[in-house]
Amino acid sequence: MSEHGKWLYEITPHKKLIDLNLKEIWRYRDLLLLFVKRDIVTVYKQTILGPLWFFIQPLFTSVIFTLVFNNVGGITTGGIPSFLFNLAGITAWNYFRECLTKTSNVFTGNANIFGKVYFPRAVMPLSITISNLLKFGIQLLIFIGFYVYYLAIGKEVQPNGNLILFPVYVLMMALMGLGLGMTISAFTTKYRDLTVLVTFAVQLLMYVSAVPFPLSTAKEKLPHFVWVFEYNPITQIIEGFRYMTLDFGTFTWGGFFYALVFSVVIFLIGLVIFNRTEKNFIDTV
Amino acid sequence: MSEVILKAENISKQYRLGVVGTGTISHDLNRFWHKIRRKEDPYTKVGAVNDRSSQAKEEYVWALRDINFEVKKGEVLGIIGKNGAGKSTLLKILSRVTGPTMGSIKTKGRIASLLEVGTGFHPELTGRENIYLNGAILGMTKAEVNAKIDEIIEFSGCTMYVDTPVKRYSSGMRVRLAFAVAAHLEPEILVIDEVLAVGDAEFQKKAIGKMQDISQGEGRTVLFVSHNMAAVKSLCTRAIVLENGTTVFEGSTDQAVNFYLNLDNAEGSTSLRYFDQEYFEKQSFKIDYVGIKAETKNYKEPITREDRLVLETSINKETNEEIVVVFRFKDGDGNFIFVNNSNMGNVDMSFTGTKKTQMLLPDFFFNEGNFSIDLMITNGRKALFLEPDAIQFTIIQEEKSLGQWMGKSPGVLKPKFTWNAED
Repeated sequence: MSEHGKWLYEITPHKKLIDLNLKEIWRYRDLLLLFVKRDIVTVYKQTILGPLWFFIQPLFTSVIFTLVFNNVGGITTGGIPSFLFNLAGITAWNYFRECLTKTSNVFTGNANIFGKVYFPRAVMPLSITISNLLKFGIQLLIFIGFYVYYLAIGKEVQPNGNLILFPVYVLMMALMGLGLGMTISAFTTKYRDLTVLVTFAVQLLMYVSAVPFPLSTAKEKLPHFVWVFEYNPITQIIEGFRYMTLDFGTFTWGGFFYALVFSVVIFLIGLVIFNRTEKNFIDTV
Repeated sequence: MSEVILKAENISKQYRLGVVGTGTISHDLNRFWHKIRRKEDPYTKVGAVNDRSSQAKEEYVWALRDINFEVKKGEVLGIIGKNGAGKSTLLKILSRVTGPTMGSIKTKGRIASLLEVGTGFHPELTGRENIYLNGAILGMTKAEVNAKIDEIIEFSGCTMYVDTPVKRYSSGMRVRLAFAVAAHLEPEILVIDEVLAVGDAEFQKKAIGKMQDISQGEGRTVLFVSHNMAAVKSLCTRAIVLENGTTVFEGSTDQAVNFYLNLDNAEGSTSLRYFDQEYFEKQSFKIDYVGIKAETKNYKEPITREDRLVLETSINKETNEEIVVVFRFKDGDGNFIFVNNSNMGNVDMSFTGTKKTQMLLPDFFFNEGNFSIDLMITNGRKALFLEPDAIQFTIIQEEKSLGQWMGKSPGVLKPKFTWNAED
């Protein structure tokens, strides 16, 4: 019989070294959308304050940062209201952080469903990243609200032409969070050590990414360690986000492309590792 | 109809016993070191046979070992076996939840699996929303669900609750809804595991009917795992029996089911029965054992219609009082078929000491099926001892050449008689 070549697909123990599996993910796009919808619809079921919870966390964090870093610590934000400065940083940081932490336990958190039915596992982290956009959008609205407020009371704040890059920045945050999250998720299927690490590593990363202070302050006060901040692509994203919205901070095209390339590479690496893990993870999870 | 749609070649799956801890990382590193040198995984050479009840001596176990089978288009293949025989592992590999350690499965159609119904149901979403979600998880597109949603709701019989969150459903309603979604999937190959264990009688009947439609009416291929032998018998066209991770039988459903039942029998040795000697404290005789087997085989092996049968007892007598050993043969439903005793066989039972009696039964005598035997001892006037259903045995179909009718004919006996045709 001339059977060979007619098989639709083959299930084998081996997998191609690099397999992005994009074609199959596309075939499951309806599932992706339904997961997004599910996440959005179910988050606030049976809560009283509902989406208000989205407002509370960034507002309180910004207030604390303003009190601690700007009032007590004396960090200046170049004429920009410190509260607005912090809110900008936190809004951007939160989206990245959410994407990272939520995708980092995809395998362990969904073991029961993954153990029963096959679909491209990457659909899950992708849907998390997309549904987090809603949360990001709401936090952005708060930011815009305060922005308008500060304009109304006569503070000098203004965006600059880089604002056109806004979608690129969002994409970079998403790719970076997703790539790192998927990598962590893949590594925690067998050995859980990384799960312990993630919680406080993310805290530390926030400081290394210059979220509560401008990069210029770091340069001035920690000249020997400034490379830590500069080579950190997340710093570039946070600083760039503040630069385009508040016209304050440092921006270089070199830094921008560095962060862009970095996010794409991290995402691709994450996806490859994730796809390699999905095959057998259920045995070791 | 004869096109092979799925082919499994040497499927093996190895699992590690015990817990994941610091000890496992040295194995992982060793495996990685072999891999980068393009050498074979050192741990695939070891591994114990998957026998749940034995003591674990090695660190690795083969949940499946060299499973080979082919499924033709439109066939319903039953997979039966005891707990832990490897059925679910096999289905998991088929549905791509996990990969095989060795071997490959080739397929010409999309495989959708129904390993446990209601996968991915979100309790906060309504029935309707969950139909879309569950459908998508199982591989349907939104358009496909749209086209079938009314049919699905109607099949589930939960029309009233369809816009209520699933968390308010009874567990039976969840299963109904979930099965309704799955039954309306349209993959070329459907993998089903143990879905009929839940749901009420009416729904089970409906579900089996639907699955028959799927396989017979729509010509789709189904792989079906269940402990419900009646469901397997009524649905499957062929079956394989797994034991300890290997295929021990492959053939027609009835034969496979009988073989499987016999496996269970062999485990409890119900075709061979040793008696507790306390039974006979007040008697002048003691029965050591009674058993039935194929003449040329031992007690654990299955009996086919081709085998001549030996019904054996070992009796110890203290006095030379005459006794009669009576066997009452019954079919699987408990109806008497015939009675036979040692008097009819002209055996002198007035000895003292231990003797073994044998009753020989011809080949091609019983029809395939389950049978049991009552053992009774009398002194010719009244019963001294009676053990109903002392032993049970199963007769399976003889091997038939391809093309012959494989079904089971009615009746308890199916003896061979001589026929003549004369002018």
